[in-house]
Amino acid sequence: MKNAIKDKQAKKGQKNLVGLGFVTLIFLVLLKMFPEKYSAVIDVSLSYFKEMMLILPAVVLLMGLFMVWISKDIVLKYMGTTSGLKGVVISIILGALPTGPLYVAFPLALALKNKGASITNIVVFLSAWACIKIPQELVEFQFLGLKFMALRLVLTIIFVTIMGMIIEKLTKIIE
Amino acid sequence: MSPTAIFINSFVLLCLIVSFFKDKGKTKNAIKVAFKSLLKMLPVVLIIIILIGLLLGLAPPETISKFIGEQSGWGGFLLIAILGTVAHIPALLAFPIAASLLDSGAALTSVAVFITTLTMIGIVTLPLEIQLMGGKFALLRNGISFIVAILIALIIGAVI
Repeated sequence: MKNAIKDKQAKKGQKNLVGLGFVTLIFLVLLKMFPEKYSAVIDVSLSYFKEMMLILPAVVLLMGLFMVWISKDIVLKYMGTTSGLKGVVISIILGALPTGPLYVAFPLALALKNKGASITNIVVFLSAWACIKIPQELVEFQFLGLKFMALRLVLTIIFVTIMGMIIEKLTKIIE
Repeated sequence: MSPTAIFINSFVLLCLIVSFFKDKGKTKNAIKVAFKSLLKMLPVVLIIIILIGLLLGLAPPETISKFIGEQSGWGGFLLIAILGTVAHIPALLAFPIAASLLDSGAALTSVAVFITTLTMIGIVTLPLEIQLMGGKFALLRNGISFIVAILIALIIGAVI
């Protein structure tokens, strides 16, 4: 199982490198076709590269710290069947804490469901996992500013909570 | 260095120091994990940076804003919402892309809806979600997320 995951990751890494080669090729061809745009393109790329590199090491370090300090078991332990506002708050915090792509969250969500967590909590947990991760918020802060980031964060929390309650009601009606 | 970047780096440095005093071994492990994921991420970062350069350097802002700017109306808005739904880009990279779209004249609501649909909804991960959580749950969550993303974006556009 572990080897299969490693294999998959290695393949993904190769795919990314092939993608990079392909994009570099397009880049060179386009620059050859539009030599007058050369400096504009390079300027933009360099300035975005600089902005990214100023924070990317910090962001991956933070992700690494989360990974060693907060394991999946801890998430499962604290995430539970508490209902109401407290349950929602716990779901948001646990969803926002660990890192990893959304497909890692689904098995966790299933375990929660089997543990007896409410649909509201599961929806809030998945949504928090998907769009309000702490390292992610830092990158959003850097590129889009505090106001945008904070506003989107607050709106997301409000709306995913409402969404969770609606989905819970709807699944009950459908049943 | 911008104040934002200074803040982010100091914050992480502080976390690192606290972690180091609590457990040296774990902290070393975290740094190792971080370095590995940085290396893994780098090709994708470079791809996105090159594409942003080409987009902003070659396409005139008028062209981009014609499709997803203020004057593009609901069509452009929905176009970019759907684009965010089907695209499968790491969320970390969604923000530089969003910033580049803003730079080239995209409407703020369009950028907000792109980020939200991109992160919340996963067409690529939908089969797995259906398999694990059931079709009813998965379709409701993704469907309502789309509506929610539009609402969030409209409010952001109205407030900022």
